[in-house]
Amino acid sequence: MNRWLALAIVLTALIAFVACEREERGFRVQTPDANRVNSKQLTTLQAGEASPLPAVKNEYEDNAFALSEGKRLFSQMNCTGCHAHGGGGIGPALMDDKWIYGSQPEQIFSTIEEGRPNGMPSFRGKLPVYQVWQLAAYVRSLSGLVPKTAAPGRDDDMQSRQPENSTEPKQPKTVTPATEK
Amino acid sequence: MNGIRPHFRFERILAAASVFFASCGHGNQSAINSAGIQSEQLSNLWWIWLGITAGVYVIVMAVLNVAYFRVRRASAEAEPDIAPDPARERKVGNIIKGCVALTVVIMFVLMIVSFRTGRAIAAMPAAQDPIHIKVTGQQWWWQIEYIDEHQPSNNVTSANEIHIPIGRPVRVDLESHDVIHSFWVPNLHGKRDLIPNYPTTIFFEADEPGVYWGQCAEFCGFEHAKMRFMVKAESEDDFNAWYAAAQQPSGSPANDSEARGQQIFLTSVCTQCHTISGTPASGRVGPNLTHVASKPFIASGSLVNNRENLTNWISDPQAIKPGIRMPMNTYSQEDLNALADYIQSLK
Repeated sequence: MNRWLALAIVLTALIAFVACEREERGFRVQTPDANRVNSKQLTTLQAGEASPLPAVKNEYEDNAFALSEGKRLFSQMNCTGCHAHGGGGIGPALMDDKWIYGSQPEQIFSTIEEGRPNGMPSFRGKLPVYQVWQLAAYVRSLSGLVPKTAAPGRDDDMQSRQPENSTEPKQPKTVTPATEK
Repeated sequence: MNGIRPHFRFERILAAASVFFASCGHGNQSAINSAGIQSEQLSNLWWIWLGITAGVYVIVMAVLNVAYFRVRRASAEAEPDIAPDPARERKVGNIIKGCVALTVVIMFVLMIVSFRTGRAIAAMPAAQDPIHIKVTGQQWWWQIEYIDEHQPSNNVTSANEIHIPIGRPVRVDLESHDVIHSFWVPNLHGKRDLIPNYPTTIFFEADEPGVYWGQCAEFCGFEHAKMRFMVKAESEDDFNAWYAAAQQPSGSPANDSEARGQQIFLTSVCTQCHTISGTPASGRVGPNLTHVASKPFIASGSLVNNRENLTNWISDPQAIKPGIRMPMNTYSQEDLNALADYIQSLK
């Protein structure tokens, strides 16, 4: 009986360590190489035989600190000016399932870095690359596409919608700007 | 051995005491080295409290020692003496009542003295025509804005350095952008918290020229300890000269290297957070850098403003103040030199 109790305690303690990396704070991050973004393809249509799109994993999506940094940058870099807190306004909404230029991390990264027609400015050179990745991670959290265990749970000011970690994942679908309106 | 030990202990006590007294000496960050009318009141109060509490401490320790050394000790075999002694009980009872009464009186004296000090300080702000400054606390630096109510174009935005003229009251409106901070210049006044969405105000006046250090006094995160600022109290003329200079936009680059540095500044991440008036750089996330080269310190008073510190700060601020908003920046040595040339030209 005692052996089972000890085992249970050890297992419980192990569970506590599982979440350690979630809170890890990297202050002196090496800027990831922008060339990691090996897909700037905006459409699923391909010439000839379809080859699978290379997937880029954004490590920041599992990290609560990086996501909250992304959230801070989202308002400090004035993303809220057009996208509001995800609901959209001048710019498209980010908390819904509709994506014009792709929902994958590297596609969002490209959207921020390169800018997009009809108003999205390019942040190339204006933000360190790692911060763009943090922003890209946060943008995906708005529609529930990052693990709920790491997504932010509250706003610093008045809460205007459900917190990111209570947002149900929305299956992304591609739209064109015309159908989106 | 026995002869050495007390001597050794005495030396240690002396060393500890000298450290203690050194820490409350004539520093420019000391609450008992007052430089203004408010802090004078506070330091007077502090000395009164110190005197009274020291007196109480000496009396209590004396009585304790008397009780310890004069107690009548019974041998272990003797029957305990439990017979009541009414005369002695009465005597002890009277002493205790007297001590309670004395304690109450002392507490009331301290309360009244504190109350009078608080009221005296609260009555001071009524003076007319104060310098109006708005201080916004951020993790982990201070934004300083001089507000000219009659002529808003005269407003000046600066960071981590407050200039005030002596003999003139200063009104500081306090706000916070993130968490609770606390504004504390010990030589000038007590603490006042900066609370998000709850503006607070503090009035003070400096009577002696000098440089007084301020410090965030409410734990606010990683770099709380390096969230310092400087108050420079100077004559009215010096203040006016500084204020006139602070209103000027930055000049144009004087040579090729500075021009290159300006170009790097304006085309890189710097502009997203920093303002240099007279250029398109107008970010408001970080400190205003229009006259950064004229400041004696950078990084909220944690680094002396020289070229080495400046270049280290630009390239790896996270090594100096881990957790701050400023990212690491990778520039070639040539670009870094040009950037430093430009920033050092922002007098």
